[in-house]
Amino acid sequence: MLKIEDLHVAVGGKPILKGIDLHIKAGENHVLFGPNGSGKSTLLGAVMGFSKYQVTGGRILFGGQDITSLSIAERAKLGVGIAFQRPPVLNGVSLGDLLKAVNAGENNVDKMAEPLHLESFLERDVNSGFSGGEIKRSEMLQLLVQDPDLVMMDEPESGVDLENIALIGKAINQLLQRNGFLDNESIAVCRREMKECRHKAGLIITHTGHILDYVPADLGHVLFDGQLSCTGLNPREMLACIQKYGYERCTSCLA
Amino acid sequence: MQEGLRNKELQVVKLDKKAYHGEEIDLDRYLTGGKDRPYLEKLDALSDENKQDMLIAGIDTSEKERTGSFILEDNTVVHAHAFQEGLEVLGTGAALKKYDWLQDYYWNLVQPDMDKFTEAAETDREGGYFIRALPGVKAVYPIQACMFIGQEGMLQSAHNIIIAEEGSELHLITGCTTGRHVNSGMHIGITEIYVKKNAKLSFTMVHNWGEDVVVRPRTVSVVEDGGTYLSNYISMTPVRTVQMYPTTYLKGDKSTARYHSIIVGFPHSDIDVGSRVVLQGDGSRAEIIARSLTRGGRIVNRGSLIGEQAGARGHLECQGLMLSPDGVIYAVPELEARTDGVELSHEAAVGKIAQEEIEYLMSRGFTEDEATSMIVRGFLNVKIMGLPAELEAEVQKAIELTDESSF
Repeated sequence: MLKIEDLHVAVGGKPILKGIDLHIKAGENHVLFGPNGSGKSTLLGAVMGFSKYQVTGGRILFGGQDITSLSIAERAKLGVGIAFQRPPVLNGVSLGDLLKAVNAGENNVDKMAEPLHLESFLERDVNSGFSGGEIKRSEMLQLLVQDPDLVMMDEPESGVDLENIALIGKAINQLLQRNGFLDNESIAVCRREMKECRHKAGLIITHTGHILDYVPADLGHVLFDGQLSCTGLNPREMLACIQKYGYERCTSCLA
Repeated sequence: MQEGLRNKELQVVKLDKKAYHGEEIDLDRYLTGGKDRPYLEKLDALSDENKQDMLIAGIDTSEKERTGSFILEDNTVVHAHAFQEGLEVLGTGAALKKYDWLQDYYWNLVQPDMDKFTEAAETDREGGYFIRALPGVKAVYPIQACMFIGQEGMLQSAHNIIIAEEGSELHLITGCTTGRHVNSGMHIGITEIYVKKNAKLSFTMVHNWGEDVVVRPRTVSVVEDGGTYLSNYISMTPVRTVQMYPTTYLKGDKSTARYHSIIVGFPHSDIDVGSRVVLQGDGSRAEIIARSLTRGGRIVNRGSLIGEQAGARGHLECQGLMLSPDGVIYAVPELEARTDGVELSHEAAVGKIAQEEIEYLMSRGFTEDEATSMIVRGFLNVKIMGLPAELEAEVQKAIELTDESSF
């Protein structure tokens, strides 16, 4: 679904990403680890196409199409979505109005707000006076309505209490077609059915790894000094290794 | 009192005093007269064209959900009528004849020798409205007043008096507009507003003047104990120049004033608008929120809070959005404490739309133009004005109408 080839990205003329190769297949969820300043947010931002990130080399393919020079809106329409870590406040634009405008399909926005406990936020200006957890839930709701094929999330658990992390985890699973807001009975049925038809993919940045307690991940990557230094099939094990030996050692031990 | 009146009249020697702010205007360029328009018993008698033009300024000539209407066409009061008991809508000239006591309210807050515009209005005593809510009367729906210039090049001059008596509640929507074939003209409006003890007045003014119209309102209000004065000002269509600096004196204890303004500037327009509140009462509160957006014109956005009584609190907010490389937004927030124990604060920001906000929306699938438009509409949102629901819908409609014609 997403294929990144030898991607070089600079911010304000300073090289941040120095040759990234990454392939995320349909139905896969990848996790991105790495120390502060290693370029994780830059990678997500460059895939979305934010103007702050200048691609100086390489290319980004989405669904086989080269999207490196497409606008943000065009990428979003193709199915790329992102949850912001610290989104801006939109004064005078209510969350409900925004969701209605985003809503291309027949989604019932009011109903979708319920499991995220955001019913009373629909009248409020987007992100205005929202707490950390409320911002994350609002980002999840926006993405659920937008329904992208590739979901990118920048530290979905930061600033969120334990109860809310579980809720955010459910929302992510819903986005990734992994039994989000379903009750126990239907889960068993869905698990069989959905694994086969699941095609949504994810790319999640996490520092603490708490979100892995709720969201299964297929592959983990460590981004170190602008390069993907290692990739592993067991993200939780990678995290344990990082916690024990640090990012630098993990890089050498897993590579 | 008679003595005072005579003094006021004595002051009328032609001073030709320049206004403190705003560009110089030659009054002799404009036509006087326009006092012979026929009186309309029913608003139905207006032409469809005029009805539509008035609707854009928030004046609904069907009078559905209104408790009274007033229309000044050029310099003739062509309609004045209230339909709720305890509310009065009269021409100021007629009201002065009816009530002797009104002399105490007339040229009481605004001085005739303030500048050449007040002076010009002083020589014309007929035009303008007198609107009053009797003690304890609560208006069910807003009263609407329309200032209408129907003849090209006309100088319209109005003197308005609004009185919300003790414990009353009054909502007024004033729509100021020109006929669609009128390009130039001038409007001078003197407005003296009295909000008595525990009364509440909301005063919403929508400007929808012709492109070459010069506007010089002079408004002063006084609020007594426990009274609330809410002023909303909306100008979203091209106009040659507006200069005004309405002032409220919060005389009473626990009196409140709130000013909201939303102004859109267009190329060749020069708008100099401010709001000033003088906090004199114990526990008085003031809030001024000014939003201006320019597509090429010059906007001066003034605001002034003056605290004269310990325990008074006020906040001033000025936001300016530049949507063109040519316009100017000049924000001038002023705070003045004249005693200790007052709390005054302000925040001001002027600039373009934050790129981050645009890209946030683009990541949800909106094009750059769509994202910009959403942010602009949010910026111009009238919900913050806290109008009664029906009035808000009306103003929102007016904005959408002007919006369609200007975007």
